[in-house]
Amino acid sequence: MILGVLFSGGKDSLYATYLASKNEKIGCLITIESENKESYMFHTPNIHLTKIQAKALNLPLITVKTKGKKEAELNDLKKAIKLAIKKHKIQGIVTGTLTSIYQSSRIQKICNDLKIYCFNPLWQKNQLELLNELVKNKFKIIITQIAAEGFTKEWLGKKINKETIEKLKVLNKKYGTNLSGDDGGYESLVLDGPLFKTRINIKKYNIITLGKFNGIYNIEAIE
Amino acid sequence: MILIIDLNEIKNSLYYYEYVKPITDLIKDYKVVHYKDLNKLHIKKVKKIILTGTSLKDIGYLDHYKDFSWIRTTQKPILGICAGMQMIGKIFNAKIIKKTEIGLTTLNQFNSHALFNNINNAYSLHNLAITKPKDFDVYLKSKTCIHAVKHKNKEIYGVLFHPEVLNKGLIINFAQ
Repeated sequence: MILGVLFSGGKDSLYATYLASKNEKIGCLITIESENKESYMFHTPNIHLTKIQAKALNLPLITVKTKGKKEAELNDLKKAIKLAIKKHKIQGIVTGTLTSIYQSSRIQKICNDLKIYCFNPLWQKNQLELLNELVKNKFKIIITQIAAEGFTKEWLGKKINKETIEKLKVLNKKYGTNLSGDDGGYESLVLDGPLFKTRINIKKYNIITLGKFNGIYNIEAIE
Repeated sequence: MILIIDLNEIKNSLYYYEYVKPITDLIKDYKVVHYKDLNKLHIKKVKKIILTGTSLKDIGYLDHYKDFSWIRTTQKPILGICAGMQMIGKIFNAKIIKKTEIGLTTLNQFNSHALFNNINNAYSLHNLAITKPKDFDVYLKSKTCIHAVKHKNKEIYGVLFHPEVLNKGLIINFAQ
């Protein structure tokens, strides 16, 4: 089966891509660039880097822009998936959704309408198990946005490794912070991993502080 | 030990992570068998049985309903989830009807049972549902269809929603 991956560049969509590639062929990546930074549907920080990640993965990328208006943005997602079906003959979609019923049900409805398969290999996955598997499988991941209590700006740019996982467990115990960031507590970017043909190196970045526990690791240049 | 019967059409597909693993994560002592590999010995050796759900597009299991005739005769407790409930319904001569529900679903309680009490919201993912099978009582319904049934005299339960998402306690309680 040929599949298209809903791709944000973060750890969840990359890991879903990796799991999907073991069973099926990945036909393309699909990225929705949302103008709405508060979007519930689409991951936004450093989304422009998905082009570089797609090149590093040697996979075609379909990018569709959306204004990010709630529910209306789904028409843009449907448009992107239809384009993937036409251009890359995909028979199904893969997502990295862990627990969000909001996201999952909307994507399932679109796939149901288009009569294509919908795979969510991380659905309901234990979050600690996910993080440990990412480290075990040698994914190189950095934190690129924080938006939850306990996440000070020192977290921005931090790599996800065994040490970080222990620190996330401390935050989880103290503040109830979601280990995987699935609730929007943090966002990530994958720089290298088992499917990558080349590694991504950050040449220049700046930190944008939006509040005490809110900030972005803004990547300006890649080599 | 709990026997978890994978109703997804393809063995060891990507759907294992989505419809089987969330159930195995809730149970300590289990064995997973794909329905195409099921035999009498599997059923004999276990304490209880769970029939998994499948994806929206995957309804191939219904073509193999004759392989599930053992549901009528076994004394082992059975929990059918979504596709599993549809299979139970088919075996007990309920009609399979077209009803689509995707996402958060409000449920109303019609009868009381420890397994189904206090379930007001659930996650649905189906294009098919069942009519009430003869010899079964209905416990939960949405505006659209029946969501939980139990055989009047046996421990055969069916839920149309996916409890492994929002109602994990149901699976844990059944497995105990």
